[in-house]
Amino acid sequence: MDFLSYLVSGISLGSIYALIALGYTMVYGIAKMLNFAHGDIIMVGGYVIFTLCTTMGMPTPVGIIGSVLVCTILGVVIERVAYKPLRKATSLAVLITAIGVSYFLQNAALLIFGSGTKSFTSVVSIPALHLFDGALVISGETIVTIIVSVIIMVVLSLFINKTKPGRAMLAVSEDRGAAQLMGVNVNGTITLTFAIGSALAAIAGALLCSAYPALSPTTGAMPGIKAFTAAVFGGIGSIPGAMIGGILLGVIENLSKGYISTQLSDTIVFCVLIIVLLVKPTGLFGKKIDEKV
Amino acid sequence: MAEKTKKLKLSTKSNLLTYAMLLVFFVVMQSLIATDSISNKLNGLLVPICIYSILAVSLNLVVGILGDLSLGHAGFMCVGAYASAFFSVSSADIIPQDWLRFLIALILGGVVAAFFGLLIGIPVLRLKGDYLAIVTLAFGEIIKNIVNLLYVGIDSKGLHISMESSQALGLEADGRMLIKGALGITGTPKDSTFLISFILLLITVVVALNLINSRTGRAVMAIRDNRIAAESIGINVTKYKLVVFMISAFFAGIAGVLYSHNLSSLTATSKNFGYNMSITILVFVVLGGIGSTRGSIIAAAVLTALPEYLRSLNDYRMLIYSIVLILLMLANNNERLNVFKEKISITNFLRNRKKGNTLDKEAKS
Amino acid sequence: MKMKKVIAALLALTMVALCFAACGSNSDTTGSTNGEVTLKIGGSGPLTGDYAQYGNGVKNGAQLAVDEINAAGGVNGIKLEFDLQDDEGTQEKAVNAYNALKDWGMKLSIGTVTSDACIAFQGEAARDNMFLLTPSATAVEAINGDNAFRVCFSDPNQGVASADYIADNNVAKKVAIIYDSSNSYSSGIYEKFVSEAKVKGIEVVTAQSFTADSNKDFTAQLQAVKSSGAELLFLPIYYSEASLILNQAKMAALEIKYFGCDGLDGLLTMANFDKSLAEGVMLLTPFAANATDEYTVNFVKKYTEKYGADTMNQFAADAYDAIYIIKAAMEKAGITADMSSSDICDAMKTAMTQITVDGVTGTGIHWSADGEPSKAPKAVVIKDGAYQAL
Repeated sequence: MDFLSYLVSGISLGSIYALIALGYTMVYGIAKMLNFAHGDIIMVGGYVIFTLCTTMGMPTPVGIIGSVLVCTILGVVIERVAYKPLRKATSLAVLITAIGVSYFLQNAALLIFGSGTKSFTSVVSIPALHLFDGALVISGETIVTIIVSVIIMVVLSLFINKTKPGRAMLAVSEDRGAAQLMGVNVNGTITLTFAIGSALAAIAGALLCSAYPALSPTTGAMPGIKAFTAAVFGGIGSIPGAMIGGILLGVIENLSKGYISTQLSDTIVFCVLIIVLLVKPTGLFGKKIDEKV
Repeated sequence: MAEKTKKLKLSTKSNLLTYAMLLVFFVVMQSLIATDSISNKLNGLLVPICIYSILAVSLNLVVGILGDLSLGHAGFMCVGAYASAFFSVSSADIIPQDWLRFLIALILGGVVAAFFGLLIGIPVLRLKGDYLAIVTLAFGEIIKNIVNLLYVGIDSKGLHISMESSQALGLEADGRMLIKGALGITGTPKDSTFLISFILLLITVVVALNLINSRTGRAVMAIRDNRIAAESIGINVTKYKLVVFMISAFFAGIAGVLYSHNLSSLTATSKNFGYNMSITILVFVVLGGIGSTRGSIIAAAVLTALPEYLRSLNDYRMLIYSIVLILLMLANNNERLNVFKEKISITNFLRNRKKGNTLDKEAKS
Repeated sequence: MKMKKVIAALLALTMVALCFAACGSNSDTTGSTNGEVTLKIGGSGPLTGDYAQYGNGVKNGAQLAVDEINAAGGVNGIKLEFDLQDDEGTQEKAVNAYNALKDWGMKLSIGTVTSDACIAFQGEAARDNMFLLTPSATAVEAINGDNAFRVCFSDPNQGVASADYIADNNVAKKVAIIYDSSNSYSSGIYEKFVSEAKVKGIEVVTAQSFTADSNKDFTAQLQAVKSSGAELLFLPIYYSEASLILNQAKMAALEIKYFGCDGLDGLLTMANFDKSLAEGVMLLTPFAANATDEYTVNFVKKYTEKYGADTMNQFAADAYDAIYIIKAAMEKAGITADMSSSDICDAMKTAMTQITVDGVTGTGIHWSADGEPSKAPKAVVIKDGAYQAL
């Protein structure tokens, strides 16, 4: 029974990593940049819901919609102001700028919302599932997170493969120059990618803070790094890869906590990651890129 | 003599400029110290500036010259810091001479870090781009996590090591704890002085510049620019990559030694040895201009001092720092500004003058 | 090899600024502004980053005391000035902050808020013979020098006191522990607790840990606690993580008693926290916001009026007391504003061992020469969303 319990909590944690990793991987796949500020957009999403629902007392759906709106706008603004001027610069330059944005968001949140940790009211009202006479408990947040992650993964895959803007994204990710020649609005497509990525971050924020209801300006930082790891694990740029990478990461983390050592869980996660990458250098689902001579 | 300077290669001129810059910095700071007109704040910043410059110069070897993105540089710093602080604390009674103990600590820290560089480099350097980045980040985090679990004590029976707690060591009553898990190492002697740090920075720069302008350096840059082409002309990619990776780790270790011997308490947190620090060092390198040793030093010095000189802004300090960082990145990549920079650049001035000279000569002949 | 002119220009600017800073630094140390005689007290703490709520608590608490003292005419006719610099909770920045404060003209210090930073800060202060009274750095090494004292209990002290309390009052025989192995405060208490528990005959059935990098999901640790059959869960950790543990324990239907140290304080003032989760949690804390003694009532009222309840925790209370303790020692030692910081330190060192102070965090507090305070730990239990003395 212990094993099932560790497994379920691992999946619960992993599905949140997966949700965050989806945003990471999408932005990477299309804009070819590591958006280190993604984790902090999650934090902003959490604060928006907290302000709307707890401080101003609005109903939960309003909070979630508000959060998605604010994060989407924030994502687009960040892209326009900080990343767009660097379109032609090296990917490293964009990476550093993203880190600057991440510092900015954390410190701005600190000034606006204060330093005290805030307790987040869950946006999920589904009761927990008690199995085997209460020996195994699956929380409502876990169920919702898993369902939402799967829905988002499917919708995202359909959107990218079936719709026109989605195909434009694919084209941009394959070859930016060729896409432009074919009449794809590259800048618009990248902006759209950031808008979707940030909206996903808002949803991830709502679920992250519901499952682990302690909200502070640094809430998004560590889950962001873990999700980045998950995205690479699954093969960065691949949508099913992010999903599976995230869940695997959560399960490995919790199983090693349960059976090996609680202190070494991160070490074990990173070791597994290294081994996977040494065997499959582009992650589980990553595309193998042949070098042109 | 004048003929001689004219004949100097452009890279040599650029290197001389770097040395001159360091020398001016040193002379100005020393004269400030000598006349006792230096502020405590600046005086306290001198060693950190040297440490971060060493880190930036050494990371620049990997990122700029080798062309691989490493996010685990702070891990090597951590290894160097812990190995040397452990040595200094445990040998405080055995080696009474401060300078000798510190010298051994420096060499030890560097060598241990270089060894880890080799250990990590062998598997990691097969990977490319962002995958390499995440694996180096993972290694850095692993090092930090394991160091945080280390408990080492000493008593009459010798060293005791545990990964659980200090009780598990089973020390005798007169035993002494040397590494206390999350509490780290306390009581490291303050051996890092500005003079020593500066000399080490100078050595780092000499090694880095000579490496870049050597046969090895050209081979490495050939790998960076086109690995397949480099391989096809018989350059041993793995060997050269490892050499650079180890040299880089060695100097990161040296910086770690200086770091640990500058503070009386050493702990491994995500701020000082985690990915945050690795990223901070990367910021220095990128902002200084990837591949530019001089730029790395300038960026490291400015960005280390900047938050301290923003202290009067109180709560807005880190916010302003992040905005400055973003703006610098944008300015650095702004086309119009770059054109302007080209116009007023010293290197270009040197180059143009040289061109002018050759033109003159051609005209004469 | 492209010249980065922008950076070069920035460097030049900074250098000029540095030179000015260097010139201007040594002019203002006599401490008389606006014709008043003032004495500068400095300190550092995390005002940004993970532990910002503690740094801000100390900043506000100390400032509140300074304002009160100045309004009442100062100490020996000297007005106090207070400045807390950001150190992000790191050793390196704490030393930078110390140097900046020396330039500012600091004559006395309240050290730093967090332990690791305080050890480094203290190393510098001991070298300069600068008096230090830390409100909240709990590590033993944080007050190694004879210049250093503290207001709070040390880590070993808290670990021992907790084990003693549990054993002496027969709270539980089988104890489980969850602690933060990457945090010196938490692992410091944990170690002493375990060794004292052995002495007192308490069985530690399981000791689970977590690190700062994975401090969100505790289900694995709680599952282990559940299987261990412990009657009590000892939590020597900070309140943000404790709030998550309490939440997840409820989810896992874990029926157990909780016991914590002063790090748990802040749980009840956490914004929007469901207080029913903390029902029955016992903790050792020097400060209870709903205590009815005049010191606490006055402090809580003034603090919330001025800074709100966001950071009103025991750190703020410790800092508030620290300033009043410094005042008492200054009066005892007859400190004058023209004394050098080293002379002040020598006088304060003796005075500290002679005074007895009543404050928010305890009554009849007095110090030994090693800097440790002697005061009775207060055990409280959370009942109906408020502390109740045990």
